[in-house]
Amino acid sequence: MTSNAHRARDRVRWARVPRWMRTIVRRAAFAGGVLLVFAACSQAPSTLRPASKPAQQLFVLQWWLIGIAFAVMLIIGVLIVVPLRHRIRTVADAPLEDGGSTKPIAVGIVISALILAAVFVYSAVVLADDARPDSPPHLAVKVTGHRWWWEVEYMSPDSSNAHQNVVGANEIHIPVGEPVQILGTAADVIHSFWVPQLQGKIDLIPGQTNVFWIRADKPGRYRGQCAEYCGLQHAHMIFWVVAQPRAEFDAWLAHARQPATAPQSPLEAEGKQAFLTAPCVLCHTVRGTGAGGKLGPDLTHVGSRLTIGAGTLANTPGNLAGWIENAQAIKPGVAMPRLDLPPATMQKILAYLESLN
Amino acid sequence: MATATIETRLMRLWETPHSLYGFFASTDHKSVGKRYLVTAFVFLLAGGVEAMVMRAQLIKPANHFLSPEAYNQLFTMHGMTMIFWYASPILSGISNYFFPLWIGARDFAFPRLNMFSYWTFLMSGIVLYTGYIAGYAPDRGWFNYTPLADPLYSPGLNEKFYCVALLLLTVSTTVGAINFIVTAFKLRAPGMSIGRMPLALYGTLTASFSNIFALPSLSVALAFLFLEHRFGMHFFDVSAGGRPLLWQHLFWIFAHPWVYIIVLPALSFISMIIPTFSRRPIIGYTWNALGVAATGVLGFGVWVHHMFATGLPPMAMSFFMAGSMAVVLPSAISIFVWLVTLWHGRPVMSTAMLFALGFIFLFVIGGVDGVFTGSIPADWQVTDSYFVVAHIHYVLIGINVFPILAAFYYWLPKITGRMMSERLGKWNFWIMFIGMNIAFFPMHNLGLLGMPRRVYTYQAGLGWTATNIVVSIGAYIFAFGVLLFVLNFFWSLIDGPIAGPNPWDASSLEWATSSPPPPYNFAVMPTVRSRDPLWEERLGMGKRSDVFVGPVISDEEKVTLGTTPLDGLPQRVVSFPEDSVYPFLTSVALTAICYGLILGLWGLALSGALFTFFFVTGWLWYAPKPVEV
Amino acid sequence: MATTIVQPGGTPPAVTLPVNGKPHHTSGWWGMILLVVTEASLFAFLLFSYFYLDAQNTLWPPPGPPDINLAMINTIILVVSSVPARLGTMAIRRGARARLSLSIVVTMALGLAFLIIEAIEWSQKSFTPQTDAYGSLFFTITGFHYAHVAVGMLMLLVILLRNWAGHFNAHRHTAVENVMLYWHFVGVVWLFVFTTLYITPHWWR
Repeated sequence: MTSNAHRARDRVRWARVPRWMRTIVRRAAFAGGVLLVFAACSQAPSTLRPASKPAQQLFVLQWWLIGIAFAVMLIIGVLIVVPLRHRIRTVADAPLEDGGSTKPIAVGIVISALILAAVFVYSAVVLADDARPDSPPHLAVKVTGHRWWWEVEYMSPDSSNAHQNVVGANEIHIPVGEPVQILGTAADVIHSFWVPQLQGKIDLIPGQTNVFWIRADKPGRYRGQCAEYCGLQHAHMIFWVVAQPRAEFDAWLAHARQPATAPQSPLEAEGKQAFLTAPCVLCHTVRGTGAGGKLGPDLTHVGSRLTIGAGTLANTPGNLAGWIENAQAIKPGVAMPRLDLPPATMQKILAYLESLN
Repeated sequence: MATATIETRLMRLWETPHSLYGFFASTDHKSVGKRYLVTAFVFLLAGGVEAMVMRAQLIKPANHFLSPEAYNQLFTMHGMTMIFWYASPILSGISNYFFPLWIGARDFAFPRLNMFSYWTFLMSGIVLYTGYIAGYAPDRGWFNYTPLADPLYSPGLNEKFYCVALLLLTVSTTVGAINFIVTAFKLRAPGMSIGRMPLALYGTLTASFSNIFALPSLSVALAFLFLEHRFGMHFFDVSAGGRPLLWQHLFWIFAHPWVYIIVLPALSFISMIIPTFSRRPIIGYTWNALGVAATGVLGFGVWVHHMFATGLPPMAMSFFMAGSMAVVLPSAISIFVWLVTLWHGRPVMSTAMLFALGFIFLFVIGGVDGVFTGSIPADWQVTDSYFVVAHIHYVLIGINVFPILAAFYYWLPKITGRMMSERLGKWNFWIMFIGMNIAFFPMHNLGLLGMPRRVYTYQAGLGWTATNIVVSIGAYIFAFGVLLFVLNFFWSLIDGPIAGPNPWDASSLEWATSSPPPPYNFAVMPTVRSRDPLWEERLGMGKRSDVFVGPVISDEEKVTLGTTPLDGLPQRVVSFPEDSVYPFLTSVALTAICYGLILGLWGLALSGALFTFFFVTGWLWYAPKPVEV
Repeated sequence: MATTIVQPGGTPPAVTLPVNGKPHHTSGWWGMILLVVTEASLFAFLLFSYFYLDAQNTLWPPPGPPDINLAMINTIILVVSSVPARLGTMAIRRGARARLSLSIVVTMALGLAFLIIEAIEWSQKSFTPQTDAYGSLFFTITGFHYAHVAVGMLMLLVILLRNWAGHFNAHRHTAVENVMLYWHFVGVVWLFVFTTLYITPHWWR
């Protein structure tokens, strides 16, 4: 038999299937297809592309639940459409009936209960496994949610040495393959810390510190975003987790611990002066200079960051200039005011900030 | 005494005069029910328009169609409108119209309270929307988490409108719940024991009991927040010894039962529709009734699953995970009851039936994706993402809007006396069903792809763009389906065929009277001795009930029959109050208090309170009629 | 007192039923029970909030356990006020309208004493509703209860006026039963409020 004949035969068989059922099968296939296509080719911060052991566990649990969901939908869908085969149009066409048995209800309930019990047990196992990492974390990072940015503080291993802590913003560097403890809290309202590829969410709540952990098993950049509605710019409260090999991470942390780089050119030096005399210092800190404001992100190494405005823009000189000029136009409602600096001053400050790597 | 004479005299006794006074004074539960339905439907359309505008904003990344302020107000107003001012009141509308008809009574136990409930519901909606129009819309989301909603982060009148409008609505809902419960337990037709009640009663009864216990939790939370905003008190701010999570506990202790409050009555309407169109009595009546009641009870033990990411101890959360799994079972009972009834019957493919069956499928989706939110680790990924947005819409549209449309196609002929178009109805169903799934099924995927909820825009290149276009298109298709319903409704009013008393050949008491029913509902008080009084003979059980022959009780006074709560044995004669404007005036006075509190106009608030007292006193002031001993 | 049931076709009445019937058979009585249940839930959630913040704060109550004396007197007054309330109900069941009026007046006098003493106690507090979460909760919980007593007083006033207008007799007096039921509830719920706010801080020291 040729493949055409095969196909023709299949078509005939398919046509014999009730139209209702065909609709259901098509819809399920379509939905499944949509899910798979997006899972495979997307660049999203997707839970479907886990990059760590805990996220992998959540991912497997998720797929089991998705599988159960589609199975249940299919079974109930079939159970709904099969009795419709009589195709009765009006009530006058069907005499009343009585009788029937409630046994199938009991069977259905028992099956449902077994599935739910299994889901419960499996979830409890994942929960217990996820509650603590395989090995004790060597690194603790305190993450504080602000409207609308992330303060990141690398805790010194020696807690009596708090001045050794390194403060950054909107970017969390971690060593690959190691658990990292996160101490999550918030300065104003509730935020939620979510890096879908690494771990589930945890809320950052003022007045309490939620301790949890993340890890990344592959080097790379992982996008995180605030998941708890926190006001006007909730949509632009993004951060990146940068996973690096241990040595690279250590070097990065050592550099980050250093105060700001001294200006290398006259323009940068003038920029530093302009920066220190501008309103910038009211809110921003640049360690090693007089700037010690605490309201906004620490700018000591701002030149090396991936983004500005908590992930709103890529960190390019043009974007940074636009941001300093009028952040309100880019992220309305952000605490950064419109500065209206003279172009010359702007050029200098821009050069200085770019130099802070 | 001929029946015709009795009917004329009953008519004279029960009819409300068609005048301005009559409009504000009518206590007829059918006119209250119609007003509930129309008002709630208008709120549905308002919430729908808000959703359409939001979907226009989200149709492409980095869109500037809406400002963040506008978007945040829209999603909050959309949520509040749909969840509080549409979903529950529309069910109250159906129940208001049909409760006495289902149980063979002439009105509610408290007809004036019933009417007060409606006016207060309307007023609370007006309070909310005047806030929106005046530029003070709540914009902190429908669950309004503190500290974002605290005075420090939400100055202005917005939060005051949120608190006070909702508080006024809880007054309406509470008295409505009390009325449903007392009516169901005290005014059923003789012989209608608790095991013979139409299944529709179980949903509304369970929801009413849930309201009685759950609404106070919301009231307390709202009162706290309002006191913070109006008088500078502290309940939720850490610096003064408060805790943000106190709000979340109080809110979800209320709001999870609320989910069942807005779905259980809808489920129980389906339990009326499926047997009618399966041409057989329901199989598993007791299972279904107990399942609905059990859902209501278990619904109080799952609120923490909204708080799995707040850092609570895993042991404590596991308890609520078990509860969240358990609460699925009673809902599963309902599904199996319907399926078994369907399999043992001869299903008639009417529009109402299509909506009912479509609902079952959507209910299943809303159930299985709900399991994700009940499993703690899975919830950590899906909570606060678009997955949850998908879930809540499968629950609210799937388990509220679809059953409501099924109920409309089923019962509107009883209300208007005219049939809707079945042909247009089927288009209506398929467009809504397909639109719904195009709009909301891919949202699950958006959540799994990491898109958080409540973002006014999103960046390109994250894999969210294409899906958002699909979702927006689906939403517009769905909205078009809703418009087809409106079209069909107006067509039926103008040109629909006359329905007659029982167009679907159904079995319950509301079909035993004319369409629309007379103001007194039933000329003679029916006596019920089975679950399907209108089907008895054809089901081969012989004639047991007396639906068309029975006592009139009285054609001189507005009375109905009071029966015992469980067995439905005649106990006493219940007299009804006359029409009155006091309930309406009381609502107005309460509304004055509300505006006074919101705006800090203490004179207005005080006079409102004073008038409330006078009007309530006037309302309750009646001398007993002289009775012969 | 009964209503004749008219059968169509002029058949003789099948049964004779009382109009409205015993008080606890009336819809109004059931309605009041449900109102009391929902109000009780309201207080339960208020006290839940108190205990929640109690558990979350190391220092609770921040000003130290409250002075118990005035509140104790108030507790006794409110509990005692249930007695005339009960006597009033029993009186009207026998049709004794003058006794009902007397009972209402005595109940109201005790209620008024409660309200005055409560106001005095408030004025003596070292903190205000704005001081901190404890102050807010203290004044909110006692304030909610105060409002309930005040509403109870208004309800008593209305049934007093209605009694004078001759609305009640031995058979029809659901309003009296309901108001008295509400008054008992206000007293009982005070016992919970009192125990929570005044006793537990001493117990758990």
